[in-house]
Amino acid sequence: MATKLTRSNGAGWAFALPGVFLIAMFIIVPFLFGFWFSLTNQRLVSPNPTQFVGIENYQNLLGLAVITIEPERDDKGQVVRDDKGEIAYPRVRTITRSDAYPQYSGMREWFRWQWGDNANVVIASDVVFMKALANTFIFVLFIVPLQGGGALLLALLINQKLRGINAFRTIYFMPVVISIVVISLLWRFIYDGSDGLLNNILNVLSFGLFQPVDWLGRTDTALGAIIVMSAWQAVGFHMVIWLSGLQTIPPTLYEVAAIEGASGWQTFRYVTWPGLRNTAILVLIVITMQAFALFSQIDVMTKGGPLDATQTLVFQAVERGYGKQDISGGSAISVILFFMVLAISLTQRFLTRERKYG
Amino acid sequence: MAEISSRNRGLRLFARYLVLALVAVVFMFPLVFMVVSSFKPDGQLLADTSSFRAFLPVGDISLDNYRAAFERAPIGQFMFNSVMITMVTVTLSIGICSLAGFSFVFLDWSGRGVILSIVLATLIIPFETIAVPLLLVVSRLPWVGLDGVEWGWLNTYRVQIVPWIVDALTIFLFVQYFKDLPRELIEAARVEGASWLQVYARIVMPLSGPVLATAAILKSLKMYNEQYLWPLIVVQDEAHRPIMVGLGYFFQLNVAWGELMAYLTLISVPVLAFYLFMQRAFIASIASTGVKG
Repeated sequence: MATKLTRSNGAGWAFALPGVFLIAMFIIVPFLFGFWFSLTNQRLVSPNPTQFVGIENYQNLLGLAVITIEPERDDKGQVVRDDKGEIAYPRVRTITRSDAYPQYSGMREWFRWQWGDNANVVIASDVVFMKALANTFIFVLFIVPLQGGGALLLALLINQKLRGINAFRTIYFMPVVISIVVISLLWRFIYDGSDGLLNNILNVLSFGLFQPVDWLGRTDTALGAIIVMSAWQAVGFHMVIWLSGLQTIPPTLYEVAAIEGASGWQTFRYVTWPGLRNTAILVLIVITMQAFALFSQIDVMTKGGPLDATQTLVFQAVERGYGKQDISGGSAISVILFFMVLAISLTQRFLTRERKYG
Repeated sequence: MAEISSRNRGLRLFARYLVLALVAVVFMFPLVFMVVSSFKPDGQLLADTSSFRAFLPVGDISLDNYRAAFERAPIGQFMFNSVMITMVTVTLSIGICSLAGFSFVFLDWSGRGVILSIVLATLIIPFETIAVPLLLVVSRLPWVGLDGVEWGWLNTYRVQIVPWIVDALTIFLFVQYFKDLPRELIEAARVEGASWLQVYARIVMPLSGPVLATAAILKSLKMYNEQYLWPLIVVQDEAHRPIMVGLGYFFQLNVAWGELMAYLTLISVPVLAFYLFMQRAFIASIASTGVKG
């Protein structure tokens, strides 16, 4: 629609320039620097000049292999077992440090499983990175249904016509306006192993049967505790987005459903849910993108521990790039994360593309 | 019959409110605990966690924690820094981003489509992943002040303001809003001989109340609540640090829980009050990020 009235190169550039310049300077330039650093051996402070190393940083992060280890056998060819009856295996480092297997050099065990008498061992060049990668995916996989589904339930609850309903909406939304740093500190107290509120509440509710748990101090509960807290904090945000989606559904559709004698579930299934399709995609994508950026909660609550059980990609990127001054390693993690988020974003584009027919 | 059905209706209404209230308790209890605990001495605070008293302002109630917290950390300075940084950033942000949005929607210039796509693509870059390269950038930037040119932005207010002024979401909000404004108004004004700056200031801005509120609210929350990692790495000097970084003062050797709760309450109350006072605008601003998606 280039008309003489709107065509205006000079004014157009002049108006857009301050914004475009700032975004280029403070987002795009550092992003490109990060991309470049990931191909070098750049450090925050270093006496040696920076060198181009190609994809070495990525190889150091992503190196992964499965090796099969046969059990140790005695002279008669019998499998050796220890006192508990467990099969004894040679140590993994007999392979990773052996000159016979240069391709496995420097790798360490991530996890293993047993297959017959043999053990399959997954070894990785960077076990902490692999744990961070796995934890990030676990976090995303659990928080998306928990937060998205929870927010939808809250929105349906709030969408009733009741006196005083706005007061409840105000309360459910309240944690959203409080800093995640404050919330994380508060929940550190709630999750505390000895004086924690959660243990005490569970203790009272179970009439003293419940044994206290150090929620953030155990490898099997720490990540779950952070997932629950994160969902609690942000669920009100997505409740509001679902609500605005609910309010775009024409009331006449509900009237028709009522006349047809549809049950509550049928009304939801055939009227409400189809009307929420675009909202659903938006909510899922926003939660997923935020989940991939998980950082503050980890930094305040666990610093990645215990035993790397709550390491995440962003936490590792910052920990290495700033904490350990290993800018190239941290940048490589950032770039990997960027491509993962990009893939999700392109999926969203594909799902919400405008359909030309029907 | 009529009596039974009305009793049933009463029961169902009661059940609905019960569910709503139980859910409300889930969202309220940590915040109530925070505020109530800020008035208790540490010994009682910890002892009270084993009973319902944790949520009640009972026992040895005083303002001692607040007094001690103010002695421990320069809270007034932190508060001033955060509020000042937030207000300056938000003001500059809505000015610069609305101008850019105006240009992207109403003006026709070469490169517009490509540049808008690049700007919006930065939406998916999490800040934490560019924090360290950005640190290297800002540590070498020049600044022209009253005393001439100085190099490096570390330990200043500007390093906490300038990189945060423009973000893709704010530009996106303005672009979405402007697209729905009637173009005839703008074209009519142009025919009358108005300059682009006049169209922006006299026609578009007065019609943009809702989007200005949305952009200002979202940006304020981000600036006040989420300035944690960045100031931690670029501001070592106490005089320029914001409130979230001040939390470190309460974690030396032994955690002073009562004082910590007092500090958490102090820094949360302004934003909670702001929210309760303008909750319709808050909720409308979140909703508006969703409707058009």
